[in-house]
Amino acid sequence: MKKILLAGMCAVMAAVTLASCSGGNKNDIWDWESEPKAEGRGVTLNVYNWGEYISDGSEGSLDVNAAFTHITGIDVNYKMFDTNESMYALISAGAADYDVIIPSDYMIGKMANEGLLAELNFDNIPNFKYIDPQFRNMSYDPENKYTVPYLWGTVCIFYNKTMVDEADLDQGWDLLWNEKYSGNILMFDNQRDAFAIALKKLGYSMNTTNKAELDEAAAELKKQKPLLQGYVMDQIYDKMGNDEAALGPYYAGDASIMATENENIGFLIPEEGTNKFVDAMCIPKSSEHKAEAEEYINFMCRTEIALANADFVCYATPHTEAKKLLDPEISENPIYYPSNEVLDKAELFIAYPDEINKYMDSLWMDLKK
Amino acid sequence: MTKHKIASLPFAVWMLIFTILPLGMVIWFAFTDSKGTFTFDNILKIADFSETFLISILLGALATLICLVMAYPVAFIISRTGERVQQTLVMLTMMPMWMNFLLRTYAWMSILEDKGFINQFLGLLGMEPIHMINTRFAVVVGMVYNFLPFMIIPLYSVMVKIDKSIIEAAEDLGSNGFQVFRRILLPLSAPGIVTGITMVFVPAVSTFVISKLLGGGKEWLIGDFIENYFIGTAKDYNIGSALSLVLMVLILLCMAVTGLVDRDEEKGGIGG
Amino acid sequence: MKVLSKVYTALIFFFLYAPIGVLILFSFNDSKSRVTWHGFTLKWYEELFNNDQLMDALIVTLSVAALTAVFATIIGTVSAVGIHSLGKRMKRVFLTVNNIPMVNPEIVTAVSLLLIFVFVSEATGWFEMGFLTLLLSHITFSIPYVILQVSPKLRQMNAHMYEAALDLGCSPVRAFFKVVLPEIMPGILTGALMAFTLSLDDFVISLFTSGSSAQPLSVVIYSMTRHRVSPEVNALSTILFVTVFVLLLVVNIAQMRDDAKKKAAR
Repeated sequence: MKKILLAGMCAVMAAVTLASCSGGNKNDIWDWESEPKAEGRGVTLNVYNWGEYISDGSEGSLDVNAAFTHITGIDVNYKMFDTNESMYALISAGAADYDVIIPSDYMIGKMANEGLLAELNFDNIPNFKYIDPQFRNMSYDPENKYTVPYLWGTVCIFYNKTMVDEADLDQGWDLLWNEKYSGNILMFDNQRDAFAIALKKLGYSMNTTNKAELDEAAAELKKQKPLLQGYVMDQIYDKMGNDEAALGPYYAGDASIMATENENIGFLIPEEGTNKFVDAMCIPKSSEHKAEAEEYINFMCRTEIALANADFVCYATPHTEAKKLLDPEISENPIYYPSNEVLDKAELFIAYPDEINKYMDSLWMDLKK
Repeated sequence: MTKHKIASLPFAVWMLIFTILPLGMVIWFAFTDSKGTFTFDNILKIADFSETFLISILLGALATLICLVMAYPVAFIISRTGERVQQTLVMLTMMPMWMNFLLRTYAWMSILEDKGFINQFLGLLGMEPIHMINTRFAVVVGMVYNFLPFMIIPLYSVMVKIDKSIIEAAEDLGSNGFQVFRRILLPLSAPGIVTGITMVFVPAVSTFVISKLLGGGKEWLIGDFIENYFIGTAKDYNIGSALSLVLMVLILLCMAVTGLVDRDEEKGGIGG
Repeated sequence: MKVLSKVYTALIFFFLYAPIGVLILFSFNDSKSRVTWHGFTLKWYEELFNNDQLMDALIVTLSVAALTAVFATIIGTVSAVGIHSLGKRMKRVFLTVNNIPMVNPEIVTAVSLLLIFVFVSEATGWFEMGFLTLLLSHITFSIPYVILQVSPKLRQMNAHMYEAALDLGCSPVRAFFKVVLPEIMPGILTGALMAFTLSLDDFVISLFTSGSSAQPLSVVIYSMTRHRVSPEVNALSTILFVTVFVLLLVVNIAQMRDDAKKKAAR
């Protein structure tokens, strides 16, 4: 009992002051420019990743893609997507020949099932040894044939300490339904994330395919709507940063951005459990440069590079060595790296069948009328 | 010049492929299901959206009205200035179009928020803050802002043709300001009003994004639903087409009911 | 009254330019915040040029706008000449069709184009949604505006001049280039400028028809508003805006000087 209480306390009291990521000059991590420059190999890799999801040389950080080209002589054509779905549409249509893609868990499962991913040759990826066993053989890739995890994270509630009573912090997801904060609550403008929270609040799995449970969740969201200031995605940074709203759910890795903008912001992961996500590197079957793509994945798993990325993006890294080198204020922070108790209760999304997707679409649009 | 009839052929072909046929596709999709069989289901489902249609039309109409009231005096004032000043002012009216429409809408977010620029200013004056963001009010402000130039320009281009001497003559004959407006200005500027209303009402009713950014995404307008059915999460071309078709017909009806459809009317010179 | 109208005009223009002022100001803000000022910086302008996504989008936007201006102007001018030579009834039909893309809600035009592109590309596999579909859509919505600019010039032109040229032994094509074209040139130029502007400013139709391989600036910015708009975008828009603003201002001033000279000469 004591232990459970402690875990709960941990979750709630994660409201510690947060160090922000990406301080200092990244060339301290690895001065790759002084390494010998490789001859050009006449190969260009097409890499497809989330926006702002790699250390890219801005604000003095390490430019990962430039370093890769310098060391290996392989050129990189780097493109960004903003949803798993838009990335999937492009790959499944065969419209583009990408060599490395970095989708999220449930989308990887879907793509693997549809035969869109190539099996990796792990002989070419020796640095896989650094990946925490906890993040191998995940449910979306049980035999770990297709993926090397890149970064991961959880969903947490961000709140403004001057606007939210400390006494209310143990309410879990109910906090987002608390009438006291009517007009000051933000919510995900993304149906899967929004439903996940409502389902967790009700004590259901966020991967439920039971329509009655989804209906209940929709009813909860409807109840919540009048209390909301608005449905937002990344606008939450500005709204929270500027004391415009009191609380709202978001991805924990982005805590660092909020912390730099507003020191009054606290974070908590509700005890009922939350959503955990893993974004992992894969190679589409259509890739014509599989060996070079594996070289790229291996490069991303170099300790310096994993460190630079974890430091720049501030999402949690599955790379054991890189984690050790991170600022302890980050790596020991229960928001960025939650305890195992919290992680055990967290769920990964599983891709929904079309029918359930459609059903959720209609419930979501009903909510928006 | 009759020998040049052949020159109208490329236009005919182009318009057929890229305007008539696509509209035909919308109608076709609106009346079929995902397997391509004929059905009225999509159109019947539109009943679920009747409230959304109503709100979209009301907000659009309100924005149009506000635009008209704001633009009318300014268009008149511009039309009475010297030729070069006119040109400069017209240019200034169109200039905001060169700044991306989304960014300008985003800027309104910063202006209207509870801790935004307006309320910061009110705070300096020691006044209570006003809650504006994420309300229908904010959505209407966004519409008015974005489409105001489309009202000013057509009004101006009609008014500039009104001879100064007519107004002076009326004044000499003892008409007061209101009478001049009622008897002379209003009838002579009517075509501009019609064009202006069309040019503001149509995009305002069918807008999306504005409602999401300034309305907090709590109440989607009809354009938001169409977007979601075509390129959002809920891919369903059939219902999306039905919504588009009904929107198109409703807008035409709105224009017809107010007796404001004037086909030969040329749109005021955008960018010209 | 004079003062009142000046104040009113100033207020309206303040309303139109206040948000733009906010955008420009915050492109120099030393933070990603869009409300709180953290000090002056030029870093977004520097980083802008390293942002491949934005630079690619800028290239797509500018090249689509330029190509649209060229093609829409050519097709529009030829069409205007053709329509001008038609009988009254046909002319009416053509002009009604011409009005469709202008009166139709943009989103409906966008949706209809998306449907035809998806349909044809799935049926034939000739193309994917991308640069081509984007360009075709932009040309489509620009043509009517070119026609509207050129048609009045054709009406104003003296038809006998063309016939006289033919009588004097010009071939019809030569006569067109020598006599008709110079007469309608101002209309063509305005039409081209309009096509360029409309294409540059377009968002709705681009969003539906661009696919993901060739995204213009407006579409990239939209994908950012769902995430976080980077001040780099403000910086880029500021550069574009100020360039055009200065250009138009210079043209305007040059014209004013020209006027003054003409007046003096008289």
